[in-house]
Amino acid sequence: MSKLIEVTDLDIYYGDFLAVENVSMTIEPKAITALIGPSGCGKSTFLRSLNRMHEVIPGAYCKGNVTMDGQNLYGKNVDPVSVRRRIGMVFQRPNPFPTMSIKENVLAGVKLNNTKISKSDANDLVESSLRGANLWEEVKDRLDQPGSGLSGGQQQRLCIARTIAIQPDVVLMDEPCSALDPISTLAIEDLMNELKNEYTIVIVTHNMQQAARVSDRTGFFNIAGTGKPGKLIEFDDTEKIFSNPANKATEDYVSGRFG
Amino acid sequence: MTTSTPARTEPTSSRNAQVETSGIKPGRISQALHAGILIGSVLLALGLLYVFGTVSLFPLLMLGAAIYLVVIYVVGRAIEGRRHGLDRFVTGLVTTFFLMALIPLLSVIWTVVSKGLARFDAEFFTWSMRGVLGEGGGAYHAIMGTLIITGITTLLSVPIGIFAAIYLVEYGQKGRLAKALTFFVDVMTGIPSIVAGLFAVALFTLFLGPGARMGIIGSVALMVLMIPVVVRSTEEMLRLVPNELREASYALGVPKWLTISKVVLPTAAAGIGTGVTLAIARVIGETAPLLVTVGTTTNLNVNPFDGRMQTLPVFAYYSYATPGIPREAFTERMWAAVLTLMLIVMTLNIIARLISKFFAPKTGR
Ligand SMILES: Nc1ncnc2c1ncn2[C@@H]1O[C@H](COP(=O)(O)OP(=O)(O)OP(=O)(O)O)[C@@H](O)[C@H]1O
Ligand SMILES: [Mg+2]
Repeated sequence: MSKLIEVTDLDIYYGDFLAVENVSMTIEPKAITALIGPSGCGKSTFLRSLNRMHEVIPGAYCKGNVTMDGQNLYGKNVDPVSVRRRIGMVFQRPNPFPTMSIKENVLAGVKLNNTKISKSDANDLVESSLRGANLWEEVKDRLDQPGSGLSGGQQQRLCIARTIAIQPDVVLMDEPCSALDPISTLAIEDLMNELKNEYTIVIVTHNMQQAARVSDRTGFFNIAGTGKPGKLIEFDDTEKIFSNPANKATEDYVSGRFG
Repeated sequence: MTTSTPARTEPTSSRNAQVETSGIKPGRISQALHAGILIGSVLLALGLLYVFGTVSLFPLLMLGAAIYLVVIYVVGRAIEGRRHGLDRFVTGLVTTFFLMALIPLLSVIWTVVSKGLARFDAEFFTWSMRGVLGEGGGAYHAIMGTLIITGITTLLSVPIGIFAAIYLVEYGQKGRLAKALTFFVDVMTGIPSIVAGLFAVALFTLFLGPGARMGIIGSVALMVLMIPVVVRSTEEMLRLVPNELREASYALGVPKWLTISKVVLPTAAAGIGTGVTLAIARVIGETAPLLVTVGTTTNLNVNPFDGRMQTLPVFAYYSYATPGIPREAFTERMWAAVLTLMLIVMTLNIIARLISKFFAPKTGR
């Protein structure tokens, strides 16, 4: 299921504004890759370019190569919609569909695409996805109630369930815990650890401990000043980044001596 | 007004005392006293007006309110302290203006209902005016005409308006076409209704020659008035749908058109439904454009493609402008027609509320 993503010389633009410059990295399958860096350095922008969500913003585009298991995601006849089906995304703020019940939210990827699915298959998918997101026990008795009636942490896990229900190869998470309490955060971290057995996971976080706790590889982004493009400063094993980074800026940042 | 507290006689020490008491346990104007002040003010106003010889409702209310405001401020200040006195005064002032705003509304309703009920009977809703010269007769033909013409208008305007709004919000971004469209929608929302009517006349004169009168021409005129309203309200509702929902849908690999039809529109459905209903209410009472496009008739005509039709506003207008004998019969029918129209609009408003209640995204909390 999980795939290896290779990024080479990626420049990402918003109109004329170069937001991220010249990123190259290899994202390993069955591992968690964490992206850290100061606010505004382009972590979200980079993450969104991996599943072609970046170009949804008017005027936004990028140059360079992103391949998944050798296939160029930005190739001429690659449909961004099919890329997004294979690379799922969880957002910073939980965003369940307000018109849908918990069950419909989990099935959203199927239902919204008008895919036919039998009732029993649908029920199985709902259960397995919710179990996968560690939410099943909490909601199994109220699957038909609105998804927006859950707590923030539950909503975020519902969004994760919704993402894994489309059975992607890769899951991207943009600060998935920033709106959550420590307990929900731990629940989601545990979940990431389980998910990594099956999926390639990339996570953006502002929480150093979280990056150190959960990730296998860490990338540090930085920005020279406002209006300048963000750059990937260092990318290495998480252990190395947090104990013995090669770059001075990385060391300053992870030890909290930054800005 | 003469409630003298010790505070009155000893200004300096009383101020301190008041600060202390008002901070912890301020005196309160009891409900009985409040009611007393209110009634007293009105009675005083009544007395004053009586002395000066003209007792009528409106001056009475105005004078009563003015007296009440002064008294409540002074008494409130004396008993409850400066801040509370001012609070009482402002509350009274706002309430007064609110009641003043209600007066025209209530008096319209009262006039229409009291005068309209005289002919609000079964005959009114089942008879046309065919062959009726004086008393009797009804507005069945006008009601049908209004429903048919407004119905056609709605059927044509709603899809056009909603699709235009979708284009503006979801596809147009900030392109030239979208800007132009927004500009014209703005202009069209302010267009005088007679202009819309004459436009429709001019348009159909091209095809049918001068002098044509048909329901469909009226529908076209009303469309010109209705589409911009639908576009505007739909646009507003679509913009209220958080972008995060669109992105959530895209991130699940859902194409744009499915995202719009299955995520954005359902989320905005309540607001769009409300907007459409209010847009119908807006055009259903139009008179001028129908006068010039559909004309008037005493017969029932339910074919919008063939000849004149009657509508409620036009029916009311002609009953008033060119009455026959006895005049009362025509006036009574006019009021009944106006009452019917008002009830239709009220029903539409209630429907709008129900829509927004039942279709709004549920929070479940
Ligand atoms: N929609 C947009 N249009 C134009 N510029 C944008 C847009 N979104 C982000 N940017 C710019 O791109 C740069 C990178 O932003 P990005 O959101 O990727 O930062 P980030 O590293 O995720 O920050 P944070 O940690 O605060 O989330 C910033 O300079 C930002 O102003
Ligand atoms: Mg971000």
